[in-house]
Amino acid sequence: MRTDKEMDPFFGNTDKPVTYDRRKFLKNLGGGIVVVFCIGDLSMPELYGQNIPVEDLNFNAYLRVKENGRVDCYTGKIEMGQGVITSLAMVLAEELEISVYSVDMVMGDTELCPYDAGTWGSLTTRFTDPPLRAAAAEAREVLLGLAAERFGIPKDQLEVKEGIIYVKNDPTKKVSYAELTKGQKIVKSLEQKPEIKKAKDFKLIGKPVISLDAEAKVTGKAKYTGDIKLPGMVYASIVRPEALGSKKLEIDATKLINFEGAELIEQDDLVAVIHTDPEISKKAAGTIAVKWKEPEAKADQETIFKYLEENIKENKVFEEQGSIKEGRDLSDKLTEATYLDGYKAHASMETHCATCYFEGDKLIMWASTQSPFGTRKQVAEALNMPEEKVHVKQIFLGGGFGGKSFNSQAIEAAIIAKKCGKPVQLVFSRKEEFLYDRFRTAALVKVAAGVLKGKLTYWEFDIYSAGTRGTDNFYNIPHFRTRNFSQQGIHQLGTGAWRAPGNNTTTFARESHIDVMAHAAGIDPMTFRLNNLKNTDMIATLNLAAKTFGWGKTKKQGHGYGIALGQDAGTLVAIIAEVHVDKATGVVQPIRIVCAQDMGQVVNPHGAKLQTEGGITMGLGYALYEELDFKGADVKTNNFNNYEITRFSKTPPIECVFMDKMDAKPQGGGEPAIICVGGAIANAVFDACGARVYRMPVSPERILEALKKV
Amino acid sequence: MKQAISFKLNGKPVTVPVSGDESVLTVIRTYLDQTGTKFGCGLGECGSCTVIIDKEPVRSCMITAEDLSGKEVITIEGLSPGGTLHPLQKAFIAHDALQCGFCTPGMIMNAYGLLLKSPKINREEIIKGMDANLCRCGSYNRIVDAIESAAKEMNKN
Repeated sequence: MRTDKEMDPFFGNTDKPVTYDRRKFLKNLGGGIVVVFCIGDLSMPELYGQNIPVEDLNFNAYLRVKENGRVDCYTGKIEMGQGVITSLAMVLAEELEISVYSVDMVMGDTELCPYDAGTWGSLTTRFTDPPLRAAAAEAREVLLGLAAERFGIPKDQLEVKEGIIYVKNDPTKKVSYAELTKGQKIVKSLEQKPEIKKAKDFKLIGKPVISLDAEAKVTGKAKYTGDIKLPGMVYASIVRPEALGSKKLEIDATKLINFEGAELIEQDDLVAVIHTDPEISKKAAGTIAVKWKEPEAKADQETIFKYLEENIKENKVFEEQGSIKEGRDLSDKLTEATYLDGYKAHASMETHCATCYFEGDKLIMWASTQSPFGTRKQVAEALNMPEEKVHVKQIFLGGGFGGKSFNSQAIEAAIIAKKCGKPVQLVFSRKEEFLYDRFRTAALVKVAAGVLKGKLTYWEFDIYSAGTRGTDNFYNIPHFRTRNFSQQGIHQLGTGAWRAPGNNTTTFARESHIDVMAHAAGIDPMTFRLNNLKNTDMIATLNLAAKTFGWGKTKKQGHGYGIALGQDAGTLVAIIAEVHVDKATGVVQPIRIVCAQDMGQVVNPHGAKLQTEGGITMGLGYALYEELDFKGADVKTNNFNNYEITRFSKTPPIECVFMDKMDAKPQGGGEPAIICVGGAIANAVFDACGARVYRMPVSPERILEALKKV
Repeated sequence: MKQAISFKLNGKPVTVPVSGDESVLTVIRTYLDQTGTKFGCGLGECGSCTVIIDKEPVRSCMITAEDLSGKEVITIEGLSPGGTLHPLQKAFIAHDALQCGFCTPGMIMNAYGLLLKSPKINREEIIKGMDANLCRCGSYNRIVDAIESAAKEMNKN
């Protein structure tokens, strides 16, 4: 049996929060009606450490109907472009019967918002929506109760529209939430599930709503961590080694004297310069000579796969059925291949930043973090201070994609602030961003498989270093085994969660090899999949994609179609890509992409579409261009001129369609679609020119190389 | 030693002491507190820091303060004087042509520069003109739609 922890190698060890006094916590809120709700009671599984076991603290987010009738929604989640600032407001407004524009989102503030482990894993909509809706429904019932008392009639004779409660059949009798809330201080704890709306009664859920933060972002008013300027603030520039994990041997800072006001900060291997002018700080840091002892290089971008295969000794069977030997003996066609995927950077447009200052013994911090509570803990530990002495505040993030889960820059800024006694801002350069990224790990997948008369007979899937997320078998294969080869500390570079961790790599391997099997069996890849799938929802999703794409129509010269299927965060994905390949140069131009998803209830179809399109666009980067250049722990890639990501001219029209399941539970939306891009592109390239490329990115050189074998 | 330079920022004359070799991005963001313009790469490779100088879209991280003297600079803050949104800003909202929003000011300013030069720009020209601006969230198609519809709107007037 596998455990949830094994499914996701990066978030298995999320620690529990420190204990706070709940009464004190609520006292600071002021007037209004507050609903505390507990994710644990309401279907939140013990997953990713999100559940909080301490009985008295068993709540995860809450809302407050304020005395002016507006509603605060408090959540430890953050907004990094994935749109939950809008979708969470929508579900709250739906149940509370108010306008979505009267919801104020308070996100990721460690003193205002209850504990949350982090914004990742496409968890927010799946696990925050249901209890949030329940809490909003509860608040509505409290307000209806107050109105019933005021009018001296039962609740069922009342109705709510846009935050105003009317007496049915007597429109002259009405009272607003604001009036009802005035002077109240009611704290309700949600103990049982209140009645929530059915899909047929939705006014907001399922309707497109434009992002609530769009205006702030198009006017430049939206604040990010690097936009904060505090009185007397200094800008920190850190002197970096070329390789990760280098140890400081000698330092020569004699030239610092040439920069008036520049100050040297040193602690262990941290060498920084501070100045009130960021340019002088940077220049002054550039004059400091540090001799580093670099760790010995173990691999580079070409040798990493052999290194991983030879050095990872441990493996666990993740899923198994039947007998591999029996399956192999049954087969009339056998194939095997190894699929490779190098390290990929997150490359958010905003680099890691932190701005902080001490107020007495308390540290106040803004940080570009996907985990404000995690950052609080990391900083507190590093500075040896109690967690309640660190306050991480709400701020927008300029992208995350998993890369802002750990925040070394916050620790460094805090150390520097403590040493110099001034407010500090630290903004990573693009070079620092690449060096200290926690990359999508380099990985390989070895596949061996067989068919008999067009039906899969056996399947061996050995995953090295990518983890098993999303790899539960959804094909109908009598004999199969999936093994997970992984080893702590095997990578010299930082590794971590990259939008659907591991699943991009394993989906590329599986779906490429399904195509290899289809061709070995002499059956077209669409029919082969439909004949071999066991999950009926996946069949329906693939059929929807095929119908939307118009599968079967004739192709233009040099064009190819490719399919990939996958599952992530509860969502099923089918992508069909059309590409053009120039056989002389190997250059691929994506022509069109269709994506069908079964993601359960779609709360904000518009937001879901944005996330899906975004994931596919980002995915074209890893499929076609992104490749990290490194030697040992020295990351040679240092900016966008040597790390190509998707551009305008490489983005084809993208069409997203969703299965209609409005009464089902919502599933993940931020990550799933991206997992299928690599496989769909590789299969389309093969279809266009006959080049089977086993390593991502599917670059022109690799296509030309593969064409030689055709 | 710092010396004062004067230029126009969003229609208003400003004078600011500079060393001369600092980037225009630092002058705008740090010295003049206009933080809508973003730092993305420091190498002119991503376009997050795009502003308009004398009607040309430029990478403000790549030019120095000493080149700013007497120039006319427009940043994202200058596009909606008195709070009235520019047609490009309205179109970016209507098409939801953004996610994290970090590249958005640079995208809008680059598009603004393109439209200054060629008001009747077509889709292919938009894609070509925007190709050096990067967005990691993947809003490209929506950004092109937004620029196309803003251009149409502006040509009506």
